[in-house]
Amino acid sequence: MQPGGQRDEVEMLSLMLLIRRFEERASQQYQAQKIGGFCHLYIGQEAVVTGAVAAVRDDDYIITAYRDHAHALARGTSADACMAELFGKETGCSRGLGGSMHFFDRKNHMYGGHAIVAAHVPLAVGMAFAIKYRGEDRLTLCFFGDGAINQGAFHEALNLAALYRLPIVFICENNLFAMGTSVKRSTSLKQIIDRAEGYDIPGEIVDGMNFREVRDKITEIVDSIRKEPHPAFLEVRTYRYRGHSMSDPASYRTKEELEKFRLDDPITRLRAQLTREGKLTNEQFDRLDKQAKETVLAAVKFAEQSPQPPLEKLYDYAYADGAKP
Amino acid sequence: MREITYRQALNEALAEELERDPNVFLMGEEVAEYQGAYKVSQGLLQRFGPRRIIDTPISENGFAGLGVGAAMVGLRPIIEFMTFSFSLVAFDQVVNNAPNMFTMSGGQFNIPITFRGPNGPAHQLGATHSHATENFYASVPGLKVCTPATPRDAKGLLKTAVRDDNPVLVLESELLYSSKGMVEPPDEELLIPLGKADVKREGSDVSIICYAQTVPLALKVAAQLEDEDISAEIVDLRSIKPLDEKAIFDSVTKTHRVVIVEQDHPFCGVGAEVCYRIQKNIFDALDAPIIRVSQEDVPMPYNERLEHAVLPNADKLIAAVKQVCYA
Repeated sequence: MQPGGQRDEVEMLSLMLLIRRFEERASQQYQAQKIGGFCHLYIGQEAVVTGAVAAVRDDDYIITAYRDHAHALARGTSADACMAELFGKETGCSRGLGGSMHFFDRKNHMYGGHAIVAAHVPLAVGMAFAIKYRGEDRLTLCFFGDGAINQGAFHEALNLAALYRLPIVFICENNLFAMGTSVKRSTSLKQIIDRAEGYDIPGEIVDGMNFREVRDKITEIVDSIRKEPHPAFLEVRTYRYRGHSMSDPASYRTKEELEKFRLDDPITRLRAQLTREGKLTNEQFDRLDKQAKETVLAAVKFAEQSPQPPLEKLYDYAYADGAKP
Repeated sequence: MREITYRQALNEALAEELERDPNVFLMGEEVAEYQGAYKVSQGLLQRFGPRRIIDTPISENGFAGLGVGAAMVGLRPIIEFMTFSFSLVAFDQVVNNAPNMFTMSGGQFNIPITFRGPNGPAHQLGATHSHATENFYASVPGLKVCTPATPRDAKGLLKTAVRDDNPVLVLESELLYSSKGMVEPPDEELLIPLGKADVKREGSDVSIICYAQTVPLALKVAAQLEDEDISAEIVDLRSIKPLDEKAIFDSVTKTHRVVIVEQDHPFCGVGAEVCYRIQKNIFDALDAPIIRVSQEDVPMPYNERLEHAVLPNADKLIAAVKQVCYA
C-alpha cells in the first residue's frame, strides 16, 4: 500500500487521460445507443478525483454521487468493468444492474455511485462512523456536487459528522451548475464553504483545475484527520465541459465561459508542469494518451462481447438470502 | 417460561444481540441518556456504554442514512424511530438506499440494518403521529417487514431481524408496550423466523387474519363469538413481508371463510394483498366473499369518538364475521 501523497505524478496524469478518453468514448457509445438511461460525464473535472486519490490510501473509503465513472476508474476499477456496466453487461462493476449512476467496487473501496442528490452524504457519515467505532485510522472521502448543498440530507449529515467528530472529508465538486441552475441562483451564501462553517467544520477552497493543489490540500487535511479524527470540508472549484447529462446542450452558459475554463484544462496544466520540470517528454505524453485510447477501445470491445445478466438471476439480487416474498 | 411485558421483551432482545455481536449498535433519538422515549432501551446505555448506545439529534434522514452507510462497511445498526410516523422524514433512506443497495451494486453490498419503533395509531395523537406504515414499506422490494403482537414474538422477531442480512423493519405497537405474555427465560435462545405466521387460536368456522394491534382485538372477538357458536381461527401474520401464504391457505382451506382485520388504510392496504392471494390460489375453498376491516380512509382525527370510529374495533369485526358466516 502506497503512503498518501506519494503517487507518481506521471502515473496520475495517465489516469486523468484514461478518465478523459473513457468519457469521450462513453459519449460516443451513448450516441450510438449502446448505453441507456442517464449518463453524466466528468470531462473537465479530472484533477479533482485524481488529486484526491493521490492523497489517500487504497483502503480509505470513497463515495460519490451519480457523476461517478471517474471515481471508479481512479480507485482502480478496470475500464473494462466500467464500460461493461454502461452497456448493462454482467461483467460490469455492478453486474449491469446499476448503470452509469450506480458504479460500485467493494474490492477497491468504491462505495458508489449514488443518484439521489445528497442522499449518499449520510451514508458517507455512516462509513466514517464505522471507522471510528472500530478504532481504525482510515477515513472517508465523500464527493458531491454544488447541487447537494441545499438538500436536508446534506445538512443533517454535516451536523452528525461534526457532533460525533468523524474522520471524513466532504469534497464539494463545485462545477458552478446543478443541472442548469447556477450556484448564484440556488444558494443564498456568497461561498459554499460557509455551509461548513455553519457546522463548525474547517473548510477550504482549492482550484480544482490544478491537480497538485487538490492533492496537496487533501494530503494536509488527511494528515490532520489521521492524527485525530474530525470532519473537514473542501470546496473544489472546477468545471464540466459537457452538459449536465448527455441530453443537456448546456444552453444556460456561454461559449466564452466554457472556453475560459478549457484554457485552464487540468490535463494540459499538469502536462505543462511536468514538461517544464523535465519529468515528461512530448513523446512520453503521446504514448500515455495512445495507451489510454487503446485501453478504452479494448473496454468497448470487452463490453460488447460480454454476456447480458441472466434472466433467471433476476431475483438473486433483491435479498441477500435469496428471499422471495 | 415467565411473564414479561412487550417492552421488556424488546429490551431483552436488544441486550442479547448487543452482547452477542460487537458490530451491533443502537442509535436514535433519546435511546441513551433518556433511556428511550418509550423506555424500550432502558438500562442499555449503562450496560453497553455511549459507543454502542447513541443519542442523535432530531435528524431522522441523517441518522437512518448513517445506519445504512455503517451497514455497507459491515456494522449491524439498529436504528430506532421514536415512531414510524417520523420514519417518513427518512423515507428516502429507508426506501431508496437501504433496500436498493444490494441490487444496484450487483450483490456487492447487502445492508444488514434493523429499523424499529412503534407503528400505527396509538391514542389521540392526531393525523401526523398515527401512521400505520406497514403497507407502504411492504410494497418496497428489498425490505422485510414484521409486526409482532405479543412479547414472545416481539423478542424473537427483533433478534432475528438483527441477524438478518437485509434491511428489516420491526414495526412495534405503542399500545402493546405494556401488554404481558409468556416468554422463554433469557438463558434459552428465542428466534422466530421472518415470514412465519402463527395461529394464535384454532377454530373451524372462520379465519380472522390479523397482525400487530389487531391480534388482541381478534382474540377478544373470538372469545365473544364462541358464545354465539362461531368458532374463529386467529391467524397472526407476524411478518407482512415475507408473507406466510401457506399458513393463510391452510387456515382458509379449513374454515372456508375469511375476515382480514388490519391497522392500515383500506386503499392498497395489507389486506388487499392477502385477499388477492387467497382468491387467486384457493378460490374454490371460499364459501363467501372475503371482507376486510381496516381504518376508515381519512386522516386520523384527534377527537376520541371520531378516532374510535376510524379504527377497526370489536363491533366492526363481529359484524364482518357474521356477514361472511351468513349468521
